This record gives sequence, C-alpha cells and structure tokens, in this order.
Amino acid sequence: MSEALVKPKKKNPVERTRLATLPPGARSRSAQGLTRAAAEGSFELQVCADCATVQYPPREVCGHCLSEHLTWEPVDNRGELIALTTLRHSNDLYFRERLPWRVGTVKMAAGPVVVAHVHEDCATPDTSGVPVRLSLKLDRSGQAVLHALPEKDTPNMNDAPQMRESTCDPKFRRVLVTDGKSAMGMAVAKAMLDAGASAVFLGDPTTWKTVAAFDKLAADPRVQVVELDVTDTDSVDRLAASIGGKVEILVNTASYLRDGGILGRKDVILARDAMEVNVLGLMRLAQAFGPGMCFRAADGSNHAVAWVNVLSIHALAALPARGAWSASMAAALSAAQTLRAELRGAGVRVVNIFPGPIDEEWEQLTPPPKLAPSAVAKAIVRGLQDGVEDVYVGEIAEEIRERLRENHKGVERELGQ
Amino acid sequence: MSNPILAQFMNELLSGRLKLVDLTQTLAPEFPTIVLPPEFGQAWPFRIEEISRYDERGPAWYWNNFSMSEHTGTHFDAPAHWISGKDLPDNTVDSIPAENFIAAACVIDVSAESAENPDFLLTVDYVKAWEEQHGRIPERAWVLLRTDWSKRATPKEYLNMAEDGAHSPGPDAEVVPWLVRERNVHGFGTESVGTDAGQAHHLNPPYPCHYYMHGNNRYGLQCLTNLDQLPPQGALIFAAPLKIRNGSGSPLRVLALAPSA
Repeated sequence: MSEALVKPKKKNPVERTRLATLPPGARSRSAQGLTRAAAEGSFELQVCADCATVQYPPREVCGHCLSEHLTWEPVDNRGELIALTTLRHSNDLYFRERLPWRVGTVKMAAGPVVVAHVHEDCATPDTSGVPVRLSLKLDRSGQAVLHALPEKDTPNMNDAPQMRESTCDPKFRRVLVTDGKSAMGMAVAKAMLDAGASAVFLGDPTTWKTVAAFDKLAADPRVQVVELDVTDTDSVDRLAASIGGKVEILVNTASYLRDGGILGRKDVILARDAMEVNVLGLMRLAQAFGPGMCFRAADGSNHAVAWVNVLSIHALAALPARGAWSASMAAALSAAQTLRAELRGAGVRVVNIFPGPIDEEWEQLTPPPKLAPSAVAKAIVRGLQDGVEDVYVGEIAEEIRERLRENHKGVERELGQ
Repeated sequence: MSNPILAQFMNELLSGRLKLVDLTQTLAPEFPTIVLPPEFGQAWPFRIEEISRYDERGPAWYWNNFSMSEHTGTHFDAPAHWISGKDLPDNTVDSIPAENFIAAACVIDVSAESAENPDFLLTVDYVKAWEEQHGRIPERAWVLLRTDWSKRATPKEYLNMAEDGAHSPGPDAEVVPWLVRERNVHGFGTESVGTDAGQAHHLNPPYPCHYYMHGNNRYGLQCLTNLDQLPPQGALIFAAPLKIRNGSGSPLRVLALAPSA
C-alpha cells in the first residue's frame, strides 16, 4: 500500500533548485489519439470498423485485416499484469531522477498486450496474472501513457510518486485563487483546502468591498488574502514578486460576465472590459507567474504543477445573447492553448474548465439547470487529481460538446435563437 | 510692454511669500474610482502599461500608455456631466472659456465634523457661521470642502462602503442652490470621490451638487488633496481640464497659490 504523502519540509534555501526534466515526448500523429483521450479523462483505443480488433499501439491500418477504418472508441480497460520489471538504471534524464520505476506488460481483456507504468500497489505476478485496471494519463511531457492501477482503489493511491508525476493533486500544494471574492473563487478555495492544499492565496480585487463569506473564509489560518486585480499590470507584478515562488497551482477565477450581443449596444466598452479581465488578465498573470512556476516545476514533491483557467462551454460556441462575453471566452481559450504550449516545456499543465451556466448573480435570469459554484470547484479538484487537461462540467456543457462533434452548424443556429 | 503685476507675482513666488500647493492626487492604479451599481456603465480606473524603458522595446527612451475615464483621479466635472447641464452653452471641457480655469477659493474646514460623522452634510447655516468668522464668499469663487478624506490610507477607508453604499461628507440639497444664487460661486470641490456626499442618492434631488452646480453651468472638482494647506480665504486655484472634444470632465493637475503662513 502506498505510503501517505507527508507534508514536505521547508526547502533548504542554499540548495540548488532542481530543474524540470521531461519524459520522451515524441509521438506519431496516430498516437495523438491517445493524448486526446487522456486529456479528456477517457480510456479509448482504436477499433477496426471491419473486423472489430482493438489496436495497440495506435496505427494507420488494422493489424489484423489491414483495413483503414480505425475509429477511437471507449474500450474495456481491464487486464492482467503478466510481467513486471523494476528499472534501476536509465540513461534518460527524466527517469534517471525517478528510479526505481516499475514497468510491466498487461494483457488486456479487449485483446492487445501493452506496456504500462505499474502502480506500486499492484501485486507482483507469479505463475498467474494480476488483475489490473489500465488508465490513460498525461505524463509531464503532456503525452499519453498507460498506467496499470490496482483492480480496486487503495488508500493513498494518488500519493504514489509515479502517480504524482501524471497528476496535479492539490494535496500539500499552495494554490493561488485569482479572484477569491466571487462565489466561484470562494468555492474553489474551499474545495482546494478540502483536497489537502497546504495554503490558499485568496485574491481580492475589491478591497473596498466587504463580503461576509470572504471574511469568514479568510479567517482560516491556511488562507492568506492577497490584493490582486488582473486588469492592473502593476498589481499582478507586485503579487508575483511577493508570492510567485510559492504558487504551485494557479486557478484563474477572475471573470467578467455581462449580457448583451453586438448590435444592441452603441459602444464596445462592455466587450473591452470583458477582454481586460478574461483575456488580458490571463496574459498578465501568465507573464508574471508563468516563469516562476516553470522554474519550480520539479522543486520537491509539492512542485509547481498546474495552471487552471475557469472558462465556459461558450468558449467553444458563442452564445449571441452574451456575444461580447462569448468572444472574450473564445479569445481566452486561444490564449490558454498558447500558454499550454509554452508551459509544457517545463511540465506545468494547463487545465481548461468548460462549465455550463453557473448559479451566480450575473446568470440570475438563466433558466436551470445551473451549476452550483461548489460543483464546478469539485470538478476542478477532480480534474487535477485525475491529471486531465479539459474538464466539461454539467449536462449543458456535455451536451454542447457532444453536439459540436455531430453538427457544429446546428449548435450555432440553436444558440442564436 | 510688460505688465509689472506679473513680474511682481513671480517675485512673490520666488521669494516664498506666495506658496504653490499641489491639490492633486497621484494617478495610480490602486486609487479608487467611483463605484456605481454594477449594472450601470463603470468609469475606468487608471491603468498603465510600459511602452519601453531603455530596453529592446525602445533602447533610449521610457514611456507608458495609460487609460482611464474622464472622471478618474483628481478631476474636473463640466456642466455637461449632469443631465441638468446638458443643454447649457459652453458646457464641455473643450468649450469652457479658458478664463474660468483660474478662480479664487474658499476652504470650509469640516474635517472635525467629518471625523465624527462620515455622513456630515454642509448646510446654509454652517456656511453662514463660517462667513461670520472668515468673511463673505466672494463672487465666482470655488468653494472647497476640507474633510481630510484625502488622508484616509486605504481605498476601503476612502470609499467607506457599507451595505447601504458609500459614506462620505458633502453638501446638503439646500446649500448648493443657495451658494449659486446667493453667492454666485464658481463651483464646488471635495476631497472625496465625488462632489456629492456618499449617501447623496437619498437627498432630494439626488446628487444635489451635481444637479444644481452643473444645472447652473458651474463646475466640480473632486479627489482633491492638501486642502489643509490652504487658508480659509485668499487662495487662487488653477484648474484647467484637458481639452477633450465634447468631454464631460477630465483628470487634471490642480494647483493653488496662497500666501505663505
């Protein structure tokens, strides 16, 4: 059984900070199908449309009948661990620093035999195989790898060093919540503390405003209130200069939502204010906090690990009734994709959250179903614990995502009604 | 032909017999801007981004871009700012005659009352009592309300928000038309974020200083500082807003000339 992670000791300030190394990141275009599945938290392999053979590794044509009709589909993730090896030497810089490392061969119930990282709680196979579950996870290079996990969850399973490498668990990490005064920000802060975060820096963009729930949250000794207005470059820079070296997970909850399309207004002030917060705010935070997080991406067991953007499903499909805001969401998603590419070099993961409508003051007139901020916060924590990249929260987000795959023009027409 | 008065004026200034007092707050992002209910349009606070600072963006020069509303920081309110002044002649910052940018000032010190009661309202009786002590308010003079509000250290203390809105001193609904009618004042100036009191939306009419001053083509100054360095009577104010076409107001540098104590 995995040993429970212990709170890391204070760092020795005269020792050199270990820099991030990455596992091998090159993949074929076919293998990026695994990356998509892992990024979204599903378990998929290619299946031949003609002979139904499940394929591994990903390929262009069926290994059994040479058909080109291979589709990515969810498949049974169960299997038997039939061979296990513990690596005690590697010439690869990443694995060299993480030895010993368990790898093994799993015969899948779905057919293929795969090589996987093996969780320390999986028993060692002897004459018979050991039942395991396979999980597709993103490694520090942002590429999909297979993990063989015990058949059933074990205590502290996510604390195993191998798992910690593929996930972004908030446990014992310090989290910056950029707007901690909004309902979403407060919910995220609470969820992070519940998940074992050692500290939450709670951003306050409106120090002049008294919010009772915020003051109550701030009374928790693990919470430190910090002044932060993402529209003010100086404010962002000042905070980064003060706590930039402590932020291991950044959750950008700063958000500006207002109703209104484009033709119905005489000015672009609302659009500009939305861009200031939702897009330029994200960029300011990235410029101020990104470099420090990259530098600390291998700094102990609580190294900097993830950057979370709370976006909206309407980043993917505009809601014309909130047209200016939708444009800012789309722009924020685009900026987040660039940030993901830029942070990947250090192994810091960008996690985008796509909720449907949220039950908060600016969505008062939106009909249910609406998501409680606490539900979104829980989904964020789960996404970090599972190590995914894209999290769709709620049935409306799921439905729009599904329908975008089927008929994106149809979604456009319907959202515009 | 040179005018001996200007030469004498410079002499007084250089000798220190006249002092120059800067009544302007520093423009900084954290300086509070007036807060309206969130469903209304909001004034932009001061924001600044570096263009270059002797670096790869411009090797030998330093400069910034900045953005803000017409009503951010220490600023001037033109009559067109309020609906009561919308149809008056010369009611925007670009059309106000330049001679109106110099005027005498009376400073009414209500700092003790304001410390006691953040909702303190200036009344006609208070002004009359002040006049008995310091003399009648001259024609076309600024009336500046010293509350020491500029000494409040944080935006929270400065805006002084409670659940029922902001609490800061200002004039009541009777004294403003009285100042215009009976004393023909030039305008009204405050240290707080607006010329009206924090709770002035509950007065009749709401925001009486805006309503009556601008409705009578008079001006407003707010977010002033250093009023404690001015005498009750005898100071001269230079307050020239930026020449924004059809502008409703403008941030500006407000300078006062006063005899050295």
